[in-house]
Parts: sequence; C-alpha cells; structure tokens
Amino acid sequence: MKNGFRASMAWLHTWTGLVVGWVLFFIFVTGTAGYFTFEITHWMEPERPAVQPVEGVDAEVALATGLQRLQQVAPEAKLWRVSMPQYNQRTRQYRELEVNWESLPPRGRFFGQRGSETLDLATGQPVQQPEARETGGGNLLYRMHYAFHYMPRNIAFLLVGVCTMLMLVAIVSGVITHKKIFKDFFTFRPGKGQRSWLDAHNIISVMALPFFLMITYSGLIFFTETYMPAGIHTIYADEVDPQRTFFDEIYDRVDKSWQPVTLPDTDVSEVIAEAERQWGAGQIASLTFSNPNDEPAYIELSRLSQGKVVSRVSDTEGQLKFDARTGEPLPLDEGDGATYMYGLLISLHEGHFAGPALRWLYFASGLLGCGMIATGLVLWTVKRRERHARAKERQSAVDRFGLRLVEALNIATIAGLPLAVAAYFLANRLLPLDIADRADWEAHCMFFVWGWTLIYALFRPMKQAWLELFALGALAYASIPLVNAATTGVHLGWSLPQGDWVMAGFDLTMLLLAAMLAYTAHKLRLRWLKKEQQAMVAGAAAAGGAS
Amino acid sequence: MTLSDDARYRWQVLFRVLAAIFGGYLFTSLLTVFLALVWPMPQAEAVVAASLLSFAVYTAAIIWVFSVRSATRAWVGLALSCAALALMNAVMLPGGWL
Repeated sequence: MKNGFRASMAWLHTWTGLVVGWVLFFIFVTGTAGYFTFEITHWMEPERPAVQPVEGVDAEVALATGLQRLQQVAPEAKLWRVSMPQYNQRTRQYRELEVNWESLPPRGRFFGQRGSETLDLATGQPVQQPEARETGGGNLLYRMHYAFHYMPRNIAFLLVGVCTMLMLVAIVSGVITHKKIFKDFFTFRPGKGQRSWLDAHNIISVMALPFFLMITYSGLIFFTETYMPAGIHTIYADEVDPQRTFFDEIYDRVDKSWQPVTLPDTDVSEVIAEAERQWGAGQIASLTFSNPNDEPAYIELSRLSQGKVVSRVSDTEGQLKFDARTGEPLPLDEGDGATYMYGLLISLHEGHFAGPALRWLYFASGLLGCGMIATGLVLWTVKRRERHARAKERQSAVDRFGLRLVEALNIATIAGLPLAVAAYFLANRLLPLDIADRADWEAHCMFFVWGWTLIYALFRPMKQAWLELFALGALAYASIPLVNAATTGVHLGWSLPQGDWVMAGFDLTMLLLAAMLAYTAHKLRLRWLKKEQQAMVAGAAAAGGAS
Repeated sequence: MTLSDDARYRWQVLFRVLAAIFGGYLFTSLLTVFLALVWPMPQAEAVVAASLLSFAVYTAAIIWVFSVRSATRAWVGLALSCAALALMNAVMLPGGWL
C-alpha cells in the first residue's frame, strides 16, 4: 500500500485487475459472443434451414389449431400457451405456430412438467424438425460465460461471482485513480510505450464505462441469493426452507393450486379483437390459459416485443388479461418496486429486447470490454519491464519468473483464446458427423487449442509468441468461411444471393475478426522492427564512437 | 522483534486484503440484514432491495479498507460497525429480543 488515497486506489485497481483479468477476459469473450447465441447456433446447424416468415396468419384460426392440439397432448395442464407464427425478438428468428404446456404440479409444488411442440398450420399436427448435426452451438459458448466448462455449476457460479465482484472494485477504484477522466479521454500519445498503453486503456475504459458498470453490477444480480444469502437466511431462518418461502412470497405463490385448463367459455374472437384494437393487427405474440383455484380462470395475451427494455418480472404494457369465463378484462401484476428493479437489471444484461442496431452496440461494447481487460493486462507487464529497465536494478529470480508467467498468461489469453474459439467453430465443420458425444468434442477442441497456446507462450520467445498466435488466429478466422464452403452448401456464395443474413453475417464477422487480428499482428511487428532498428543504430553509433 | 520495512509492508497488505474480503463481506451481510429489516416495504421485497444494494455496499467497504491510514484502523472500524449492526439485528430479527 502506498501512502495517499489515490495511490492506494491505483494499487487496488492494478491488483484486483491482474488477479482476475484472465478469467474476466474469458467471461467477456464468451459473453460478447453470447449476444449472438442464436445466430451462432444457426450457423452451427447448417442442416436446419431458417424458418420462413408466413404472412397474413389469422390469429383465430391459429389459436383454434393450437388449442385443439393442446386438448389432445395436455388434457391435465396447469397452463396452455399458443404462440403465433411470428418474428421472435429474443431469438431473432421467425417461428412457426407453437404450443407449450405445463402439467399440474404435485401437491405443494409450484412447477409441473413442461412440454412444447411446433405445429403445421395447415394440418394441426406436430412438425418434424430436420435432423441437425450434434453441436453445442452458441448456447454452449454462452453457458461458459457464467458456468465455465469441466466444472460443477455451483463452483463455477461462485468463481464467476468472485471475479465479477473484483471487476466491480477494479472499475470503481480505476475511476477514482483517474481524476482527469475527461481530459484523459481525449489524450492519446501513440508510439510512447507505457504512456500509449495507458492512454489506450483509459480511452477504451471511459468510452463504454456506463456499459461496464451496468454489465458488471447486473451480472452479480443474477445470483443474488447465492452471493448475498444473509438477508434470506436470517429473516426466514425459522422456515423449513428459507429460500423457498422467500421466493414463494416474492412471486406470490404461497399455497397455490390449479384446476386443469379447459377451453374458455368466453368468445376468444372478442378477446383477440380487443387486443388488436389496442395493439394493432398482427401484434399478438402468444395467448396463455390457466385456471388457478383462488382466482378466475384467465387468458393472458402477450404482445410482440417493441424493442424496448422491459423488466423480466413484469411487463404491464405488453400484456392483457381477461376472465376466461366472462371475457372481462382483469388487472395485471404490477411487480413490486425491488423485484421490478431486479427484473430490469437482468433484462438490461441479457439484452433480449435489443433490435439489430442496439445488438451490434452490445457486441461492440463487449469487444471494448475485451479491449479494456487486454490493455490493462499488457500495461501491467509493460510498466514492470520499463521500471526495471529504468532503474537498472537487478531483478530477483522471483520477479523475473512472475513477469514471465504473467506475460505467458497474457499471450495465451489475449492471443490464444480467440484462436481457441475459432477452433470451436472449425471443429463444428471438421469433426466427423457420426462420432459419439460430438458436442463435447467441439468443446474439447477449443480447450485443447487454448491449452496448447499456453504451452506455446511459455516456451517460445515472447515477441514471437504474440505475433505468431495473433497471425495464427487471423488465419484460423479467415479459414472459417472457406472450410464452411468446402464442407457445407451454406457458404457465402449461397447465403448472400439467398439473403440468409444470419448465415452470411456469421461468415462475414469471421472475416472481420480475421482482419482485426491480422492488423494487430502487423502493427506489433512494425513497432518491434522499428525498435530493433533504433537499437541497432544506437549500438552502431556507440561502437563507432568507441573505435 | 523488529521487522524490516519490506516485511512490515507485506504484512500490512495481507491484513488489509483479509479485512477487505472477509471483514467487508461480514459488514455487508450485516448491513443487508439491517436494511431488509428497516426498509419500509413488504418483507420479501425489502430483502430484495437490500440484497440488490449489497454489492455497492461491499464495493464501498473494500474501497474504504484500502483508503484508511493503517490496517489496524480498518480492522477496528469494521469490528465496531459489525458489532453495532449485529446488536441491532439481534434486537429486530424474528424471535429476537424485541
């Protein structure tokens, strides 16, 4: 600890950042990819064509088709839902007519078994989805963002929580450290070693600071009851299961029970007409039917996403509720203040509401997060090396080893992880289609490559390791659209004329990532060459002076 | 026994880190319970509100531990405030002394 508030904060910022920086980089890379989970899955299941939009579906006909099927498959249900053929904002895909149900829960339980089917609008029978290759898809990559891999969930959640908490401390202490935050924002001094790295770190961090604060804080919120269980476990300590009693109270589900759902008595066409009068035609996303014991049987209608952020807990603007017997409108759950806030933070974190422009902004902010962490990590080593060089002090063996270790971890993380993610995508195309546990092997490929980059970074001279791994990453990403073309029919030559922008967008993004990595490698090489030349000139001048 | 400056510095850092992680967490937990008890909302909602705030509290506690002049001060400050909060919570908790 140094003396002085600001110096202490700088110390705190440096060490909290360094200790968890590598893990945070992994969390940011996989999380950033997570904003395109469904697009990645679409690419990784090339056998499954994109669902085509259906125009002019009559909501009444679709509903009748759905209800007929639900009566057959789920006669004893707590809940029925019919989802209209629609453009789904959350998955950014068109969906066909879909039915969902939940069976009556056993006594004293709240949740029953859930099921769902996609229906053919013409026949009313379930549609067979085309078989796709076995893949972890975008989902597995996104899951690593909060649950890692090769690890029990609860341990992973705890580790992620500790890292996220340290990230929050690093952000706040970092802001305090940089008193001239706005002046620093407009300052960039390129080609000046440590100064340049610091400027880059400042600019990136300040650029998306609100995003970093939001994403870090809301990330902690997801597992509040795990990370901060004190409130629940003291105040509800007398209950048999404190956590359950707490959630029962929150979601108002104490002693709830249901009658099996039946067809509504009221004329559903009037309910639909009322919804279309309020929202406009074709705005109904789904209709949910339920028959709780202590309130009237109801029909709840959800509106298509309006691309605005809504609390995950309650969305009064996008819902309507009617009495299933009389057709009278019913009031909606408003959601209480704190729970509403909780749902809002979760929604902001997940960004399901975001349309294309906002989604790319989320993606770009995520990449900036990767950049912030990467520049911070590099800064640590640059600073240390320059300090040693300036003071001409003899480094102890421990210091030397520490610096080398941090350097290797930096290389393997910053240059190695992108390569490992590319390997995950390539494995999807190159692994034989019929091997057992294929989805697992895709992930094994990713972590095998990642492990290899660490070994490489430990044994290869530092500068070469940086350059070669970045260059290899660029090659790997550039090869993805080519391998895609060689192994499937959904390559750019098909997807661009076809207008399958999800498929084409994936390949194009891979090329963009390849260009970014190649540019980084190129810049680094130029910079180091220049330095070497300067050193050589200086060396020659010194030699000339001596003779 | 006298310690070298270097060793003294290292011990100071260790004690501060321990105070921040464990002392800070204990303080945050106690304050969360306290806020959940006094926040004028339905009980479960108050627990949510206090818990949502807890991460900001923990951050502030950690920053505070690293900003005071010595590790001893940090420990004493945490111990006193934790004791005060624990006492108030014990009074107010269900089945407590109140």
